[in-house]
Amino acid sequence: MLREEELKTFVDGTTRYFEVAAQQPATIGSPYLLEGEPAMHDYTGMINITGKREGVVYFTAPRAMLTVLLMKMQESDFSHESMRDLVGEVANTISGNARRDFGHDFVISVPSVFAGEKPQISQPAGARAFVIPIHWRSHSAKLVVSLT
Amino acid sequence: MDTAKDTSARRPVKLLIVDDSNIVRRRIERSQQFDDLEVVGTAANGIEALELARKTDPDLVTMDLTMPQMDGIECITQLVKLKPEVRILVISALSDKATAVEAMERGANGFLDKPFTDRQLNEAIAELMY
Repeated sequence: MLREEELKTFVDGTTRYFEVAAQQPATIGSPYLLEGEPAMHDYTGMINITGKREGVVYFTAPRAMLTVLLMKMQESDFSHESMRDLVGEVANTISGNARRDFGHDFVISVPSVFAGEKPQISQPAGARAFVIPIHWRSHSAKLVVSLT
Repeated sequence: MDTAKDTSARRPVKLLIVDDSNIVRRRIERSQQFDDLEVVGTAANGIEALELARKTDPDLVTMDLTMPQMDGIECITQLVKLKPEVRILVISALSDKATAVEAMERGANGFLDKPFTDRQLNEAIAELMY
């Protein structure tokens, strides 16, 4: 089961992503235990985790935030496809970076992306899901980590 | 790092960019600062990368690892058989040491963690090619 101290890996990964990719740090709120269904934003990128841990990691963000993030990355394509691409890449990068602490057996999938529809998220039995709030500029997003 | 050295006497360095993210592919293409680097193709998975490598004979390949259809590790293995002289820079979020070691054992020449800055990208390319 995911321990509170293990969340630091994902908090650090999220911080690093915004610092490096967007060149503007995000503020990370206090993580909290998810109860019920999380509120999803416009776009969600989800990574399935297998190996010595099982579960999901997903990044969900509003279109307005993703648009500014793309601008900061010098992108000029703000299409629906770019939004999908970006949430998948954010989820992939934060999950992949977690292997620094979780090791080689923390196996990540290619991203699944959801936009405007409710994601089908199957959490393994015994997993606890934590929500990491992300505040960047005037926008808010969430990273949800649910692991055995 | 001096990325502005005189490279006028060189033939162009042919670069193939492999990543399943369009945004990352464009970012690499836009951020590289070498006058003599010519992007000869971009691929979204290992299968496309091998096809393009046969057609374009790249000198340098930037290679993602987590991709659909054929991942980067398998692609590196096949690519070095196909083009033993090619230089491969892995650009991946999989930042554990074991993954880097495995990629190097299969034939990669360098490893750059995602996310990366323009400077880190150019330094990594310079270390492999200049």
